[in-house]
Amino acid sequence: MPPLNLKGALEALLFSSDEPLPLTLLAESLDAPIDEVAAALHTLERDYKEREAGIELREIAGGHLLVTTAENAEWVGRLLRGRKRVRLSRAALETMAIIAYKQPVTKSEIESIRGVDSSAVLTTLLERNLVTIRGRSKVVGRPLLYGTTGEFLDYFGLRDLSELPRPEELRALVAAREPEQLDMIELQVTGDVAIDMPGGSDLPPEPGLEPEELEEPAEHPEAESVRVERESS
Amino acid sequence: MIDPASPDAKPVAPATPEAGDPLVRRPGPAPVVVKLARFEGPLDLLLHLIKRDEIDIYDIPIAHITQQYLAYIDLMRSLDLDVAGEFLVMAATLMRIKARMLLPATPTGEEEEEGDPREELVQRLLEYRQYKEAAGTLRSREDERRLLYERGMLPSDEEAGPLPLAPATLFDLLDAFNRIIARMPEPAVYEVRAETYDVEDKMSLIARQVAENGSVSFMALLLECRARGEMIVTFMALLELIKLGQVAVVQDEHFADITILHRTPEGSEPNAAAEP
Repeated sequence: MPPLNLKGALEALLFSSDEPLPLTLLAESLDAPIDEVAAALHTLERDYKEREAGIELREIAGGHLLVTTAENAEWVGRLLRGRKRVRLSRAALETMAIIAYKQPVTKSEIESIRGVDSSAVLTTLLERNLVTIRGRSKVVGRPLLYGTTGEFLDYFGLRDLSELPRPEELRALVAAREPEQLDMIELQVTGDVAIDMPGGSDLPPEPGLEPEELEEPAEHPEAESVRVERESS
Repeated sequence: MIDPASPDAKPVAPATPEAGDPLVRRPGPAPVVVKLARFEGPLDLLLHLIKRDEIDIYDIPIAHITQQYLAYIDLMRSLDLDVAGEFLVMAATLMRIKARMLLPATPTGEEEEEGDPREELVQRLLEYRQYKEAAGTLRSREDERRLLYERGMLPSDEEAGPLPLAPATLFDLLDAFNRIIARMPEPAVYEVRAETYDVEDKMSLIARQVAENGSVSFMALLLECRARGEMIVTFMALLELIKLGQVAVVQDEHFADITILHRTPEGSEPNAAAEP
């Protein structure tokens, strides 16, 4: 016997969960037909939007999840006081991308694409449950195969893997994005160093330059060359 | 990373600074803050150079890119940064390609077989670039998702309480031990008769206490001891019990007293609450 107020019951279920709930599970729990539950989900979603609620309904990792809206992120963040997990490093994201697109994939395949050792990064991803072992490859040595998890979809807010841009879409997407942000290392160096200023050939070598002034051109030509690249691509 | 005062941090100039080389020489001994882009690997660095110099990836001027690449490696070395082996392997690859480009085309049919010596590198760069781009889209998805909070992000007091098994590390334990040892007055025992303490005895004592009371305060356990020697033996017994998985240690917060809990072999959920 389905609940009299299906929408209300549905909202109660969603509210009670901190994990995405699949439609089938919702329908089963509510003893209601799937299409009716799906319709109620839509109504609920529209309700929140219409009354500009602080929460919204999202489809994540093959389920439905109530989350606070992005515009309230600042306030919720303050309440949580930095108890959110740290962002993934660039190395981790690269590795993650390779696994997501090429899964199941071995560590050596990942490393041959990245051109660097990826053991530590892979361990981090496994620890964070974004990646899981999918068995062993049939090639010599039977290396482990890695794949993505449901947690991966959740972490990146993806409905499913098909939501990842197709390889041919990637180039267009990136061309439209902001110039790349390079991770900068800051170093203290004693003088008399020959410093490679990327694209800084038009910069006259000035003896007796103040350190603060020297710092700047190291960044500017960088941004410039990136901008040029964007226009040309 | 670099101690400016260290004589080892002496920078090295690149071997062949040519005209138009984007190098800035800066005389004078004053320490300078240099910002250096960090690359995830040789391919990342190459892509950066290609982008920066607006190079057509399908027609890479190999001599130019090799020179730029080596200049960067030199720079990293001059800054005393560890240059990972992968960077050196790529340097060798670049130089090999450069050498093959310089050789005249062999008159035999080999030429067709070999093709452009840059081909393999270009393919690797294209593939890597694609995943780098994918990583970029993942970054934006990550950023968007992090703005959305689901329920349960804020841990309740109950949840924030002592977690089974995890919180206290060996170092916390050592810390606590050192603090209690320090509290112990130095001339605590004047007895001349040597007392011997046995780790096994202490182990069974702790195990019994923990089993009877559900939990034992680490501090209470040590304060029962009469001498430093006994404390040390007790401590060793505790470490042994942890190793054997018979007890677990938890801590309410940093520097709080550590509680020793009985550990059930099959579950990791001791329901005994920590003592204050």
